[in-house]
Amino acid sequence: MAEMMELVCPAGTPAALRAAVEAGAHAVYCGFADETNARNFPGLNFSRVELAESIAHAHRHGAKVLVAINTFPRAGAEETWHRAVADAEAAGADAVILADLGLLAHTAEHHPGLRRHLSVQAAAANPDAINFYAETFGVRRFVLPRVLTVAEIAAINREIDAETEVFVFGGLCVMAEGRCSLSSYVTGRSPNVDGVCSPPDHVSYEETDGALAARLGGFTIHRSPKGAPAPYPTLCKGCFTSEGVTGHVFEDPASLDASELLSALADAGVRALKIEGRQRSRAYVGQVVRSFRAAVEAVAAGRPVPPGTLAALTEGQAATSGAYAKTWR
Amino acid sequence: MSDSAAMIPILPRPLAAGLGMLPLAPLGYPLSTLMRRVIARNPGLIERLGPYRACRFAIDPTDLPCTLLLHPDPVRAHVSVHSRPPEAEVRIAGPLAALIGLVHGAYDGDALFFSRDLVIEGDTSAALALRNAIDDAELDLAAELALLAGPLGRMLDPLIDMVARASGVSLRRVEQNG
Ligand code: SF4
Repeated sequence: MAEMMELVCPAGTPAALRAAVEAGAHAVYCGFADETNARNFPGLNFSRVELAESIAHAHRHGAKVLVAINTFPRAGAEETWHRAVADAEAAGADAVILADLGLLAHTAEHHPGLRRHLSVQAAAANPDAINFYAETFGVRRFVLPRVLTVAEIAAINREIDAETEVFVFGGLCVMAEGRCSLSSYVTGRSPNVDGVCSPPDHVSYEETDGALAARLGGFTIHRSPKGAPAPYPTLCKGCFTSEGVTGHVFEDPASLDASELLSALADAGVRALKIEGRQRSRAYVGQVVRSFRAAVEAVAAGRPVPPGTLAALTEGQAATSGAYAKTWR
Repeated sequence: MSDSAAMIPILPRPLAAGLGMLPLAPLGYPLSTLMRRVIARNPGLIERLGPYRACRFAIDPTDLPCTLLLHPDPVRAHVSVHSRPPEAEVRIAGPLAALIGLVHGAYDGDALFFSRDLVIEGDTSAALALRNAIDDAELDLAAELALLAGPLGRMLDPLIDMVARASGVSLRRVEQNG
């Protein structure tokens, strides 16, 4: 039997973390309730006390907890991010997921025993970049941006001496992460610094005659006809009319589902599989984690991946294998 | 959890019509007591709501002829029941089974939004905060009701199951995490 790929699962609340652990997560990633993590939504995330209790719960059940501190510190406010790293270590985190060069340097120097992963937000997408982070800051694992094909991932793994982790399910950021300014352009806030794309206080919905209009920062970015699936209110999935043509400028609303590519990803040398969705409920977490746990067990045993049943959970109720097997239009 | 949003049960019309004939105002008292009790037993709920605890949430079961207005601020937490849409900072609308299923962790809020079974109007941040706070609280409405009824609570069990069967709405939490 081949070594099983590690399943890294999202948790936006302690209840979701328990649901992930119960459903078979090998590791759970989560963040503090502030701008230090890239899912800074109202009512979400962990206090210091909740994190320590949740890590103890996960460890009792044999799962690891990775703490995402993956936004870019604001000049003059670095202390908030430094404190987050120190508190994650004190709470017993198995690793921190970082994106910023300065924060990586700080962590390597002041918390050398704390395992460091590179966040997808850093968008390290070639062996030279990865080897630089590994050699300079002792980064052990790299979450690869969702712009690479399976062949490119295999090529990267041949030239590095570190683990790679790739997204296999959930909402899709279609740009190189950490570099998208669409949200900043419309709302003044971005996932990169504020930890939130399309902040909900800039989002409003209006239903007229069954059609749902989604507004971001006052601009209508999408109108779903009666009965049609609705997407997240992100600009990259917006639908616009220009010169008489209406269409999605960047990407159709669809979620990533790479369950059919798991064997290929294992062959490409991928060590860990990441499920997106810290903003989702414990119902989503339980169902997706259970399904993917069965899938990674099947791959490790050389069996075919069981057919998925997750379509209803996907944005736009449509799934894509993203860039892994993509021909760009 | 449901694989398909199409599987969300809709309250049978005669039942909804029957409920519509009840006087609504007196329902506010027991519902307020229930909400105060839930808040007292789950302090994390109000912490997660943060500043949005001060908001008024209109919860509109689209298969019932009434809307609940929740005001979760612990100082004066109360619920009122309205036959016409009340003024509120947020309106969350969907079939009763979907709304209760969200409380019990049977459905995912984003999935219900994608499938258009859930409609959110007004302050989107407040709606998200409420949804996340409730998801974390792992509430079981049947258990809360039984606690409220004190020693009579156990006698409520068959009644709760009967209402659940007749309405298609699951009144109990589906999963238990260890
Ligand atoms: S606008 Fe789209 S691509 Fe850009 S950060 Fe948001 S989700 Fe990602």
